[in-house]
Amino acid sequence: MTRSSAVSNAASGRALLVGLTLAGIVAIIAACSLGTTPLGLGRLLDGLAMRGAQGDQIVVWDIRLPRTLTAYVVGAALGMSGAALQGLLRNPLAEPGVLGVTSSASLFATFALYYGLTVSSPFLLPIFAITGALAATGLLALAAVRISSVVTLILLGVGLSSFSAAAMSLLLNLAPNPFSLSDMINWMLGSVANRSFEDLKLGAPFLFLGMAVLMSHRRGLSALTLGEEAASAAGLDLRRQRIAVVLGAGLATGASVALAGAIGFVGIVSPHIVRRWVNHDPARSLLPSALLAGLFLVVADIGVRLLPTSSELKLGVVAALLGAPVFIWIAARRRVSP
Amino acid sequence: MTELRAEGLVVRAADATLLDITSIRLQAGELVAILGPNGAGKTTLLRALLGMNKTAAGTAEIDGRDISNFSASERARSVSYLPQQRPLAWPNTVFDVVSLGRFAHGATLGRLSAKDAEAVETAIVSCDLQHLARREVDTLSGGELARVHLARAFATRAPLLIADEPLAELDPRHQWRIAELLKSFVADGGGALAVLHEVAIASRVADRLIWMKSGEIVAEGTPVETLSAERLQEVYGVRGTVTSTERGLDVRIEGVS
Repeated sequence: MTRSSAVSNAASGRALLVGLTLAGIVAIIAACSLGTTPLGLGRLLDGLAMRGAQGDQIVVWDIRLPRTLTAYVVGAALGMSGAALQGLLRNPLAEPGVLGVTSSASLFATFALYYGLTVSSPFLLPIFAITGALAATGLLALAAVRISSVVTLILLGVGLSSFSAAAMSLLLNLAPNPFSLSDMINWMLGSVANRSFEDLKLGAPFLFLGMAVLMSHRRGLSALTLGEEAASAAGLDLRRQRIAVVLGAGLATGASVALAGAIGFVGIVSPHIVRRWVNHDPARSLLPSALLAGLFLVVADIGVRLLPTSSELKLGVVAALLGAPVFIWIAARRRVSP
Repeated sequence: MTELRAEGLVVRAADATLLDITSIRLQAGELVAILGPNGAGKTTLLRALLGMNKTAAGTAEIDGRDISNFSASERARSVSYLPQQRPLAWPNTVFDVVSLGRFAHGATLGRLSAKDAEAVETAIVSCDLQHLARREVDTLSGGELARVHLARAFATRAPLLIADEPLAELDPRHQWRIAELLKSFVADGGGALAVLHEVAIASRVADRLIWMKSGEIVAEGTPVETLSAERLQEVYGVRGTVTSTERGLDVRIEGVS
């Protein structure tokens, strides 16, 4: 009986992965065809194959596809980082946005941009964003060793976010380059508008590297279910596990911020939904969390483009509008525990 | 035959000496109970034996090899450890939690090898958890959870087991069930070292008692040799009587002395 339960779990996990992948593909195709100029499947395929009207080719290759793929990989990176941080900190509320990792990354990214550092090499943008994210994840992981209270850790994240926002305002005042309020809002709220394949090429390698680090260390997250002491006694190298998650989540989140600014709450919603499908195992939640969060951002971006608002809504605003209530719901439902 | 042996272990924190013992050993085939009041250094001793506490002096070895030379997974395969605090962060299934006992053998949840699955199933059966295998752990009673943690330790199939207060917070029946499971682990050739506060149970199941007070070992030997009213008075500061009966020692604790 016990063996059959293990088998059925593996099967439901596989079904989840297949379903999410297919849904992701459908959403990406839909995102390329929907918009101010709707493209039917025939025109879309012609555009993709570089045939047909030149306008369609530009719409597909220069506007919609890079934008949509950016939304997908950014969502995937944030979803996986959220799931991994939740596993490491053993808390369903941990998430790059909530913990101040994305805002710290966007602070560093804006610094690089507006002090003209990116002129010398465009790679400095993702590198700065990643440095900001690593600083935040590293600080949190160090603090987590000492602070066992999760509430305190979340408060630390709130502090980091507020500090980053304040430092951002300071930058606005001091920056030598013209720095418009709308630029700052782009970084703080997050958007994938006007992204090109060039942008994607700059950030994606770091993003995939971070995700690869997280995936290769996911097994240790299962052991951490037992708490750090028992996990270490069960054979987990705690130090290495911490470093891997900090590094992986820092790389993935930092690169996603370099691509799209600080989009919050994505990493909290998808692990929460996925968890019951994978028997609450943090290791098995990484991949489906990434696929679901990618799907979520692509769908949210379709919404952003289709909503008849006078100026386009920011993707991060939509993500927060949907994600923040989920955060509040999880927080309110949690039984009081350290 | 696996043997854990430590000599001259000293653990200090700031100015206080938390632990200062001359020697301790644990062999396969014996159940050793550590007894002593709160703050006697029992947990510190266990952690020092496992190389999880910084020691100021002394050595801890498994089969002649210093514990600090073991990788985390090598150590886990030699000795399993049940800490005093046993939090479970997520409502995993009983089967998955027991499977974590195979972590040091490279097991991945949901994709156990035949050998890992066999060890997990044997552990589940030995702790009488078959009917609970698919249940989520947050729905279990304290007694059931205690068996899940023990099953996880058994699933590792390490020759030695160290347990910190495995009977705490259990009703008398469950205390005896866990004690008997420890006893059966030892009967199957394992060696177990457990911190116990239940003197009466320890006197019936343990092969040896190690009495600790203020970071030191004050007595060591079989229950008959070391358990007496004077000892209870000296170590715990309680009034009691110890009488020898046909079924073993009869321990009564009557109050604070």
